[in-house]
Amino acid sequence: MTNHESGGVGVKSRLKIPAGLSEPDLLRMFEWMLLARSVDERMWLLNRSGQAPFMISCQGHEAAQIGAAFALQPGKDVLVPYYRDLGMVLYFGMTPGELICSLLGKTPDPSSQGRQMPGHYAGKRYGILTTSSPVASQVLHAVGVGLAAKLKHEDIVAWTACGEGGTSQGDFHEAMNFAAIHKLPVIFFVENNGYAISVPVSEQMAVVNVSDRAAGYGMAGVTVDGLDPLATYAATKEAVERARAGEGPTLIEAKVHRLTAHSSDDDDRTYRTIEEIQRERSEDPVISFRNLLVENGIMSEETEAEIRKRVKAQVNEATEFAEQAPLPDPSELLDNVYAS
Amino acid sequence: MANKLLIDAIRDTLISEMRADERHIIMGEDVGQRGGVFRVTAGMVDEFGPDRVINTPLAESSIIGVAIGASMHGLLPIAEIQFLDFIHPAMNQIMSEAAKIRYRSAGDFNCPIVIRTPYGGGVHGALYHSQSIEAIFAREPGLKVVAPIMPDDAAGMLRSALEDPDPVLYLEHKKGYRAIRGEVPENGYRVPLGKAKVVKEGSDATIISYGMMLIESLAAAEALEQRDGSSIEVIDLRTLYPLDNETILESACKTGKVLIVHEANKTGGLGGEVAAIIAEEAFPYLDAPIMRVCGPDAPAIAFSRPLEDAFLPTRETIGATLDKLAAY
Amino acid sequence: MSTTERGTTVRLPKLGESVTEGTIGAWLKKVGEEIEKYEPLVEITTDKVSAEVPAPVSGVVARLIAEEGETLPVGAELCVIDDGSGTEDHVEQPAAAPEAKAETPAATAPSNGHAHNGTAPSTGRDRPTGEAGAMEMLRTRSSPAVRRIAEEHGVDIQQVTGTGTGGRVTKQDILAYIDSRPEVAAEPISTQPQAAQTATPAAPSRMPAQPVVPPPAAPAPIPAQPPAAGRAQVFPGDQIVPVSAVRKQIAENVAYSERVAPHVTLWMEVDMTGVVAARSLAKDRFQQEEGFSLTYLPFVVKAAIQALRQHPRVNAVWDGDQIIQRKAINVGIAVGMDDALIVPVIKDADGRSIAGLARAIRDLTSRARDHQLSVDDLQGGTFTVNNPGTYGTVLSTPIIVQPQSAILSTEAVVKRPVVVDDTIAIRPMMNLSMSIDHRILDGLAAASFLADVKAWLEAVDSSLSLY
Repeated sequence: MTNHESGGVGVKSRLKIPAGLSEPDLLRMFEWMLLARSVDERMWLLNRSGQAPFMISCQGHEAAQIGAAFALQPGKDVLVPYYRDLGMVLYFGMTPGELICSLLGKTPDPSSQGRQMPGHYAGKRYGILTTSSPVASQVLHAVGVGLAAKLKHEDIVAWTACGEGGTSQGDFHEAMNFAAIHKLPVIFFVENNGYAISVPVSEQMAVVNVSDRAAGYGMAGVTVDGLDPLATYAATKEAVERARAGEGPTLIEAKVHRLTAHSSDDDDRTYRTIEEIQRERSEDPVISFRNLLVENGIMSEETEAEIRKRVKAQVNEATEFAEQAPLPDPSELLDNVYAS
Repeated sequence: MANKLLIDAIRDTLISEMRADERHIIMGEDVGQRGGVFRVTAGMVDEFGPDRVINTPLAESSIIGVAIGASMHGLLPIAEIQFLDFIHPAMNQIMSEAAKIRYRSAGDFNCPIVIRTPYGGGVHGALYHSQSIEAIFAREPGLKVVAPIMPDDAAGMLRSALEDPDPVLYLEHKKGYRAIRGEVPENGYRVPLGKAKVVKEGSDATIISYGMMLIESLAAAEALEQRDGSSIEVIDLRTLYPLDNETILESACKTGKVLIVHEANKTGGLGGEVAAIIAEEAFPYLDAPIMRVCGPDAPAIAFSRPLEDAFLPTRETIGATLDKLAAY
Repeated sequence: MSTTERGTTVRLPKLGESVTEGTIGAWLKKVGEEIEKYEPLVEITTDKVSAEVPAPVSGVVARLIAEEGETLPVGAELCVIDDGSGTEDHVEQPAAAPEAKAETPAATAPSNGHAHNGTAPSTGRDRPTGEAGAMEMLRTRSSPAVRRIAEEHGVDIQQVTGTGTGGRVTKQDILAYIDSRPEVAAEPISTQPQAAQTATPAAPSRMPAQPVVPPPAAPAPIPAQPPAAGRAQVFPGDQIVPVSAVRKQIAENVAYSERVAPHVTLWMEVDMTGVVAARSLAKDRFQQEEGFSLTYLPFVVKAAIQALRQHPRVNAVWDGDQIIQRKAINVGIAVGMDDALIVPVIKDADGRSIAGLARAIRDLTSRARDHQLSVDDLQGGTFTVNNPGTYGTVLSTPIIVQPQSAILSTEAVVKRPVVVDDTIAIRPMMNLSMSIDHRILDGLAAASFLADVKAWLEAVDSSLSLY
């Protein structure tokens, strides 16, 4: 246990920093989480003002994602994300400007130059694989990456994610099976927010913890508090070490909250109570982590103000950039069907 | 040059390409020690090891899905689906993923996999070991579908498919494996994808076909020529998607009479697409309606001999329609 | 957004795919308050989502327009923000939500299925039905390849012998025909009437007064006239008569008939004494009872019918590699009109008496003149009787109505001196002119036929019943 000098403010909760992280890391973690949240909020605004027809959110998942991201190596490890992984892809190099371009269908969008719906994050230069809309099909691709990495003797990890609903898909099970048989360096990151659109987890599975399934395939599985970035960091670090040691895949289930409706086309008031939504909002991981850092004297008022100012400027700049960016030309409609 | 069975032409090409490029891996059910249920990959695990000739679990979606992922991380996987009849669980991976990867990423990613699978009837395989459902795939932009039947084409097109940066569905006629023999050039022989072949020139009528029906069509053509001296041109499509419109139209304009033959169900089969292309682009040159001889619209080929025989077109049934066409 | 006064007017945006209106919730800013771009301005609820509309510009809230609780359509004015812009200024319009375009497909017509104009393609004639109809179609409708070659080489397809199904002309047939043709009409027809320059030395022997009219786009075959040497010159005072569709059709029909059927015409004299007497006896009562006058024509038609029974080869049509001797005797009666000669048909004429024939002739003639004939009235004839004699002709060379094998014309009844029993007598004489298709009939058959007609007419006496 480590005591922190807090500069006069009483310590409300003891903070245990996991091995591999320092205090500056925690500040950076917070800034990434805040950036993810702010970009997300700006996208909602653009959707509500009629500029973006569709928006799907990461709010409530930031801590789980940024915590996990800090245990990975952008530029080496490969991401095969799903549509709520805005935090992950930001950390791995997609810029806020590129993300908003993707939202608006503008050509600087590295995922697809405006061809895919928002939420289909990709970019070869960032190590983020292209994905589709059928749920969990990408999980098999992560296994393929793991297979290739193993055969090529690369010291990398393939990280893939889906919601708890995705774990009902046959592809998810086939993927775990294959990865476990061949001890592939794959991390299956399940962001369990309790809802697959409107279907609650009790109607999605008979187990309480998705991670129970891992044992069924002969691989490691663990459930963590996805609202605590340090917890997901620790679990991911362990999974990375297991993978790099050739001991196979890990299923990490991060329990999180979904603080918005499923997407801009959903109204969750039709299936969730106000009390439930408010209760989850009171556990907003960005706010809790901020409080934790402030209470433990790691983030001062000035530092926080600086961070917020920096984030706000980035988001505004990104919005301007994306609003000015060009739309694709119809003459390009048949480009890239085949190689040439 | 060597005289080979179709199956040997395929195997020899696989072996030579696996040797030439270590990025190739083979994955599928029973491809390892068993050498595949048709023995196409016989002996290969001994040479290349279980890391490169991988027995997969019995799960088609993962065979293709893992291959796709690996192809996006530097490998050139050759995925085998044991029978085309069993490809359905992998449809999502083929159609939603493989075919669309280049387009949806605007060229940032590509998916250079080859999916090999035996198809076709006439081996008493009944409903689930005889299907010819290539038409489902032969309309998917981003995917290529090939069905060579002559051993030299099989070898040359397999090589081209393995080098193709986009996904290719490579269909092997299971009856043809050990029934078709031909001369195969050695050493790096390539046949381009997307090109049909005029296997026999003629001037009075054209038969367009592929697979084992090509063999039957050639026989029907020769029979008619013997009888009355007609001159019948026969085209092997070889690539089913994208179609070689140029070769098709050149022949249609030359002869003015076209018969399309395939063992797949008539409705929704490739014959309709070929006929539409000809009607659209060669109309002023047509001297007769475009005709088709195809498998009937039954859900599949049945087991019992008379039912199987009744399903598949033969040189006689093809000949009957060819006669009508020639006399029109 | 738009600028209508100082400041920027904020309008209700489209908040979702199928959203057309929204209800104003709470205003989050008051008049006079400062607001930043993107800051929430007002709450809106729709049936799909509840949302906050962000300020599109930074400035001061100048005027609230929409009221809390009001339901407004997308695009309605909400408020004005004074952002320092004048009436000329424009704030960058938000990019139109892409799905706004996707909203309107409901307006487009369903693209499934067939054209909406339900009329089946029709040439204006009855479609031939049944097997005979299909064969007819095969024979008269050529394939695209054959038509193209015909047009390119100026070939009349009807001239070509067909060896294909149903006797149709195949590509090989027409190519062989072209190969075997003399070099003369080698120039392809230009579709322009002014195809002057390529006039061949072997121009038609007729005066090239009329240029060849390009054929109408109808099932009729393309006439294979070598191009005339340009159009005729028109001099002052000349009157141009446009050619009507009917005249064109008649022109084609007669030209075609002359071309395909080698015509041979025979004439026979008939002593009409008995007929004249019989008619004379009956005409008053006939006029009274029937309301129209009795002519000689029904007698001739009756005679012809009797002869047709005995000479079925005269009641036949040419069908390429076969001659079809028709069972039905459908007699066409040529009717002269202003600018046309049409031939309505008495169906099953052999079931009618002379009076019946007279009635039928009268009916067809008057309906013809009133343009009341149906398509069916004009089809199915197996033999035609023409009646130029009413105009005074004594001999003519009628043209066969295709695809029949012969045509009979009755000439004028003229009193002439003839030799009867070695003495001179004055008798009403009428010539019968008969043209035959020499492919089907020869002179002997025709003469026998005419002889029977003559015999029947010359045997008429007062005992003949009209009914």
